[in-house]
Amino acid sequence: MKEARPYSNPYVAGVGLGLVLLAAFLVMGRGLGASGAFTSAAAGVTAVVSPARAAASPLLSRYLGGDGPWREWLLFELAGVAIGGFLSAWLAGRLKREVERGPRVSRGGRLAFAFGGGALMGLGAVLARGCTSGIALTGGALLGVGSWLFIGAAFAAAYAVAPLTRRLWR
Amino acid sequence: MSAPLAEFGLISSGASLIAAVAIGIAFGWTLERAGLGSARKLSAQFTLTDLTVFKVMFSAIVTAMLGTFFLGWLGVVDLRRVYVPETWLMPQLVGGLVFGAGFVVAGLCPGTSCVSAATGRVDGAAVMAGMFTGVLVTGLAFSSLQAFYESTARGSITLPELLHVPYGVVVFAVVLIALGGFRGAEWVEKRQ
Repeated sequence: MKEARPYSNPYVAGVGLGLVLLAAFLVMGRGLGASGAFTSAAAGVTAVVSPARAAASPLLSRYLGGDGPWREWLLFELAGVAIGGFLSAWLAGRLKREVERGPRVSRGGRLAFAFGGGALMGLGAVLARGCTSGIALTGGALLGVGSWLFIGAAFAAAYAVAPLTRRLWR
Repeated sequence: MSAPLAEFGLISSGASLIAAVAIGIAFGWTLERAGLGSARKLSAQFTLTDLTVFKVMFSAIVTAMLGTFFLGWLGVVDLRRVYVPETWLMPQLVGGLVFGAGFVVAGLCPGTSCVSAATGRVDGAAVMAGMFTGVLVTGLAFSSLQAFYESTARGSITLPELLHVPYGVVVFAVVLIALGGFRGAEWVEKRQ
């Protein structure tokens, strides 16, 4: 396999990302997102396993009307994210099956932290009505008050917790 | 021109799903190019050794902010029809704190976990599984959170409305703050 190419200049990539976000505003009248796709999928799965429990949850039942949870816009968008990420990594020689972790953490340990951190983000994203994409990037660019509050809170908490998680990577 | 296209009925619901995939591909592509499919790189933001997350995020925000501002001013896009995420003060403050803690423990956020998994990283798939479980459990236990979830609603309020300052002035201030932040980020990285 050929040598992996270095990553792009962050400012160039950032301007590119901003233009993608702008295109979403111009075409759809809405920005980017990610966590909503997870909620929609959770609603779809719950509706199959236990329709009563899905209908009883005001959060999950919201995704069950209209075209249903599997035709949610963000689910298609997130499928695109996976395709785009794959294509970019493939063309740059960066596809690699691995568990990315620091030298002092076992594979199982890293996967457990990844899962636990993901679950915390799930709770946080539900409360905040979105994540780094739907609230921070999208609402940040549109100068939404709650979005800037979310950005400040998320960065503050991440820096507060970072000293405890430092040994995961060193 | 009448943008947003979907808001003016220029795009069918089937076409909007195709647009979703196309926009998603471009989104995933730029995240991967920047290196944001790597948990190691994202974590370095919070130990101040590599500030790529900050640089990418704020150059994206500034680019899209300037684009919407000028295209709105030129009348190309009707900004009243672009959805501004609503503000819910306490849920977004607490949600942001919980999210930020989860972010640094996981090393990836929901969108970047998808890129990480798609490029072969198993830890990215574990973040996705955790994220799915988190929203599922929160959804099933939602009745106990609902009162808090619906508290301190402020609607689609923006910083110019909150501060009673013209839109353009806030845009200019954000650009200046971002440029200062970029200089600071370069200084912090060089100090290593």
